[in-house]
Amino acid sequence: MKIIILGAGQVGTSVAANLVNEDNDITLVDNNPAALQLISERYDLRTITGIASHPSVLEKAGAKDADMILAVTNSDEVNMIACQVAYTLFHTPTKIARIREAEYLNNTSIFAQEALPVDVLISPEQLVTDYIQRLIEHPGALQVLDFANGKAQMVALKASYSGVLVSHSLRDLENTLTGIEYKIVIIFRGNHPIIPDGDTIIEPDDEIFFISSQKYIRQLLQLIRIKEKPHKSIMIAGGGNIGLRLAESLEDRYKVKLLEIDPAKAHFASEALKNTIVLNGDAADEELLQEEDIDRTDVFCALTNADEANIISSMLAKRLGARKVMALINRAAYVDLVQSNTIDIAISPQQATIGSLLAHVRKGDVVVVHALRRGAAEAIEAIAHGNQSSSKVVDRAIKDIDLPPGTTIGAIVRGEAVLMAKKNTVIEAEDHVILIVSNKKHVAKVEALFQVGITFL
Amino acid sequence: MQLAVIQRILGILLSLFSLTMIPPLLISIVTIDGTTIPFISAFALILSIGLVLWFPVRNVKNELRLRDGFVVVVLFWVGLGLAGSIPLILSNTPELSITDAIFESISGLTTTGATIIVGIDFLPKSILFYRHELQWLGGMGIIVLAVAILPMLGIGGMQLYRAETPGPVKDTKLTPRITETAKALWYIYLSMTIACALAYWFAGMSMFDAIAHSFSTVSIGGFSTHDASMGYFENGWIETVAICFMFLSGINFSLHFFSWKNTSITSYWHDAELRAYLSILFMICLACASYHVIVGDYASFGRALEDSIFHTVSIATTTGFTTTEYQNWPGFMPILLLFSSFIGACAGSTGGGIKVIRILLLFKQGIREIKRLIHPSAIFIIKVGNKPISERIIEAVWGFFATYIAMFAFLLLALMATELDQVTAFSALAACMNNLGPGLGKVSQHYADINDIAKWILCFAMLLGRLEIFTLLVLLTPTFWRR
Repeated sequence: MKIIILGAGQVGTSVAANLVNEDNDITLVDNNPAALQLISERYDLRTITGIASHPSVLEKAGAKDADMILAVTNSDEVNMIACQVAYTLFHTPTKIARIREAEYLNNTSIFAQEALPVDVLISPEQLVTDYIQRLIEHPGALQVLDFANGKAQMVALKASYSGVLVSHSLRDLENTLTGIEYKIVIIFRGNHPIIPDGDTIIEPDDEIFFISSQKYIRQLLQLIRIKEKPHKSIMIAGGGNIGLRLAESLEDRYKVKLLEIDPAKAHFASEALKNTIVLNGDAADEELLQEEDIDRTDVFCALTNADEANIISSMLAKRLGARKVMALINRAAYVDLVQSNTIDIAISPQQATIGSLLAHVRKGDVVVVHALRRGAAEAIEAIAHGNQSSSKVVDRAIKDIDLPPGTTIGAIVRGEAVLMAKKNTVIEAEDHVILIVSNKKHVAKVEALFQVGITFL
Repeated sequence: MQLAVIQRILGILLSLFSLTMIPPLLISIVTIDGTTIPFISAFALILSIGLVLWFPVRNVKNELRLRDGFVVVVLFWVGLGLAGSIPLILSNTPELSITDAIFESISGLTTTGATIIVGIDFLPKSILFYRHELQWLGGMGIIVLAVAILPMLGIGGMQLYRAETPGPVKDTKLTPRITETAKALWYIYLSMTIACALAYWFAGMSMFDAIAHSFSTVSIGGFSTHDASMGYFENGWIETVAICFMFLSGINFSLHFFSWKNTSITSYWHDAELRAYLSILFMICLACASYHVIVGDYASFGRALEDSIFHTVSIATTTGFTTTEYQNWPGFMPILLLFSSFIGACAGSTGGGIKVIRILLLFKQGIREIKRLIHPSAIFIIKVGNKPISERIIEAVWGFFATYIAMFAFLLLALMATELDQVTAFSALAACMNNLGPGLGKVSQHYADINDIAKWILCFAMLLGRLEIFTLLVLLTPTFWRR
């Protein structure tokens, strides 16, 4: 696929890095040559220096025969105009733009074909906010992922000595968790993926991925993590875009406190929020944290722009007695460093956003892609089309499908129903199939499975 | 200061005001009640004063400035208050001294409803009508004052409404906006009056009583054509109509304007002040009704509830109608009702008092101080209806509140110096400054029994309350007059 990425910022770079590995021709456009220099040295891609929305720059980047344009510069306006130019001058088929401003997002008719032709809007801040919000709503989970508009969900848990999971085989577990339809799709032991069967025995510190229908997830979590009480009080450090959005979406149901060091930003946050207590101060100020009852806080989320500040403040919060701490960490190296140490959950914004982009890059009818373990594995939701002769999956039992190694089918969403995948389950046309690919190099094979043969037209 | 412009405006105002003598004049001619001569001479006198003021400066057409606004507003009430007393002075029935006539006239124009007259039932129809007409005109003036002028002058935090006041342009000059705004507001005022009059008429009043009472209801005045006020009719329907229209008149007229313009009532529901107004009324009703039940001074619960609602709405909106002697209710209730008049009605209505929005802001400010003690480094912003309120407005409201209380204390001492007893002095001052009307003690029915100096002090208090204190006080400072 020929893809043009506009903007070599955090999102642009990490998307480029992810896509390069998948046999795509990437062209990265930015107006800062220094940033491009660095990236072109590390990855196999083309870079163009220039203003992203200018027709000449787009032409140089190969917009004429590009399959997709991905506008993720810092400016909403540049992104929109770039899509407009690409559509009008170069007829680029797929145009994705990052739009942050709610003013635009709330009026989606702006982005109609005849107005500002943008096919897909992504708002990374919103995705990260949603991601954190799901984690807070599901105490105990390391990751909560939605499939088929939330009908099915996947949660990642860490097995601990005190829980019911450790040193049980999956078959035993079925007796404990009766009445719940679920499936354990993959287990990570250290960095090793294990596709489990009935005899697999869970060890401490295993990361276990459950898939289930949304209605069972909470019950499932409760049974497994008996000790986890629902969260009530949340403290957020950082009143930037993500912190503010998160506070806004949580403040009606939780007791939320927001820490912001910049007085002007704190003032703005206080005007925008209704029930949140906005505090003006440093998140790493021990006295302030103690004064604000950090020891009775259920979740502390460090969401500032600086990785280091997030790590330090959440470590401090943990030591002062916060029940659970989360930190927003951009650098992948840091994530491995701190996760499961003092910091309970390291949130990687790339991981939260990349999935929504990957879905559009994939061949076949792929609706959702979620990166697991920072991209080491993927959970894919694909729609099966065609019939027995044109498709490689439709009208076949799961055991008869030629899945690449390390790949399993977790569940199938058929209409409103969520079916756990069994050996003999037969896939029908228009089913949403949720697959786990434990090794990324097999993704292409999975895509091929869901491509419809020539006969289907 | 542009004295010529102000003089011209005052001249025009008085000439126009002389026309208000015509309706009572016609009534006196029809009913032959002997007040024809006083009204004719009052008409001639006021018209000629107006023309004399206007004629020499008729060609001065300078724009009014913001500072002139204060003078015009004060002169409007003082000037018309004095001019309005002329027919009452000239008339033989009732026989009123100059002080009494001015008190009655100012009480009417400020929509206070405190009366000096004993035996209202026996007054000539024309005089009765004239008193109600004064209140109705006063109410009109107040609406424009409260909705258009005070926000512009920024008195006591009322700049809060500046951005939201209806009208085509936001301008520092007074004229273009006010004429447009005033027109729309008067239509609403007029239609409410007509609706109210019809409702009273259907409920069983005579045509004359219906019109007269509609005037004093919509203007939140509280004059009645009977000594027993609304109690004279002993009619539940009339009381219900009165409750409804007193309540409606106590709502910010901008809200009426918006819902009229957009033909939807959503603007009512979203208004934080209106909600606070409703809940205050509800709580006071509840307190009164339950206390009546506990004490057991009413035979039937229904009657107790009805009286509680009527008097709560009447006193809290600062109308001042009564159906029974609430002054003699047991326990804390008379004082509670008197206190509720301090809160008053919504800003931008015909009601008096401190206004619900200011009380709401003060209350929120109080809560904020408590929260600040718990979270010293937190930033709390006072919001009304989810809109942040600037510190400047909060300061202005505090300033207003402090001055209100200080003026109250000062005038209370002055009244007590004229040898009024404490209950009478306190309640009379509260009733006048909040533009309520009836007080407790010696002034529970009428103000005839108090001395002349006290009457003058109360006149001042009525103007003070009506002009939101600062408009009047600003004229008394040397800084205002310095060039």
